[in-house]
Amino acid sequence: MTTTASTTNPAAGPDEVPARRDPRALTRLVPGNAPLSLDAHLAHYGRLPRGGAHLIDAAEQAGLRGRGGAGFPTAIKLDAVASRRRRSVVVANGTEGEPASGKDKALLGYAPHLVLDGATVAAEAVGAKEIILCVERTRGATIAAVTAAVAERRTRGMERIPVRVEAAPDRYVAGEESALVHWLNGGEAKPTFVPPRPFEKGVGGRPTLVDNVETLAHLGLIARFGPAWYRAVGTDADPGTTLLTLTGAVGRPGVYEVAGGSSLGGVLESAGADMANIQALLVGGYFGTWIPAGQIDDLTIGSESLKQAGSSLGCGIVFALSNDACGLAESARVAHWLDGENAGQCGPCVNGLGALASTMDALVRGGWGSDVARKRVPALLDLIRGRGACRHPDGAARFVQSSVRVFAAEIARHAHHGPCGAPVGQLPTPAPGAWR
Amino acid sequence: MTIRLVLNPIMCHAHGLCAELFPERIRLDEWGYPIIDGEPIPAALEAHARRAAAACPTLALLVEADDRAPA
Repeated sequence: MTTTASTTNPAAGPDEVPARRDPRALTRLVPGNAPLSLDAHLAHYGRLPRGGAHLIDAAEQAGLRGRGGAGFPTAIKLDAVASRRRRSVVVANGTEGEPASGKDKALLGYAPHLVLDGATVAAEAVGAKEIILCVERTRGATIAAVTAAVAERRTRGMERIPVRVEAAPDRYVAGEESALVHWLNGGEAKPTFVPPRPFEKGVGGRPTLVDNVETLAHLGLIARFGPAWYRAVGTDADPGTTLLTLTGAVGRPGVYEVAGGSSLGGVLESAGADMANIQALLVGGYFGTWIPAGQIDDLTIGSESLKQAGSSLGCGIVFALSNDACGLAESARVAHWLDGENAGQCGPCVNGLGALASTMDALVRGGWGSDVARKRVPALLDLIRGRGACRHPDGAARFVQSSVRVFAAEIARHAHHGPCGAPVGQLPTPAPGAWR
Repeated sequence: MTIRLVLNPIMCHAHGLCAELFPERIRLDEWGYPIIDGEPIPAALEAHARRAAAACPTLALLVEADDRAPA
């Protein structure tokens, strides 16, 4: 959606003017601007072609992958739902439970019709007659924007598949697809034991496609302009563009749209980051990994590049930790938050995440217990990984593992000198919400 | 047909009967929850596996056909 592969599109830059002929420009992601109206949307992007089975091929040719965190190929997901015999349901997932993420809210708030277009063609591709758009219920402005956009389409007779907007619970794991489906079916927004997966038995027992709203926005653009257009930007391995939420020690935090394969350092600099004042990046949110500042120059916004660094982009979060912060104490705080966000269902997660957070505390306190705690971490990680109904324990384990690796020097300092006393709280840890 | 054991971790409440009945393949973690590797169960141990699953008070332990390629 940017003009060239090398430029980035600072969504927060108020001077940015959309190039009318460039259908990629998501330049309306400017805080303070009203949502793009249906007329303006149609003038900018043109009419929406009908989706169908051909869209699944187009998504495959485009190489579109899910933008909710797991990065699963969208075509395979579409195909799995389309192959079922029963009439299906499409769930557009805009719950965005990652505290440091803002891209889904930005997209829904300023360009809701892009998401509604994508959900519509996805529904047509899988044979669904119903779309449910889920947004966290604490996001009143976003809910208002999408509700107005749905009404606008309905009034104009342009709602090809009926859309229902649902205000979902604001818990970290509530956006996990089985949890969201369970809540839509009247239960708590907690993950369920799979199989059956939502594509087999989802909302109302029907085959259900649960896709992140950004994924759907890209799908809508692919339906309009084709896979070759999508691939014209980005690299072979990471085609197209992706939305990033850049926060922390950057001059202009916000949502940025960047081409696949862009340099990570370049993206940070375009957001006004002072690279000399960054000690590490948290990439991929609280299921993600820390990357020490020394590695940033070698990395690109690409799956292969990040994978080699033991990381992945997840849902597009890049948080820059400034030099004056204590990465160890920040990580311990997040470990506690992740423990508090466990669904209380699976023993190894309920017990393991609490033990892991306490162990992180012992590392922060340093002194005596530090050595024992350091040895306890890998043992706990072994007891936690792969033992939950969902991937919450695995994500938390990945985060803690990278914390102890990247902040090893900090751990040694704390062991000898005790807590460093740096102010803690750069990373957001919102109060827990409701499960229903 | 080979079988394997699958645990529904949401249903499991750490009663621990499975590890008692099938120690060859099930051990308990430090909180009392079973650690199950999901590998195929040899025919000689199949009866033990089925007994462990049948004894689970919360029906959390399941016997499934191992649909993967035979080892």
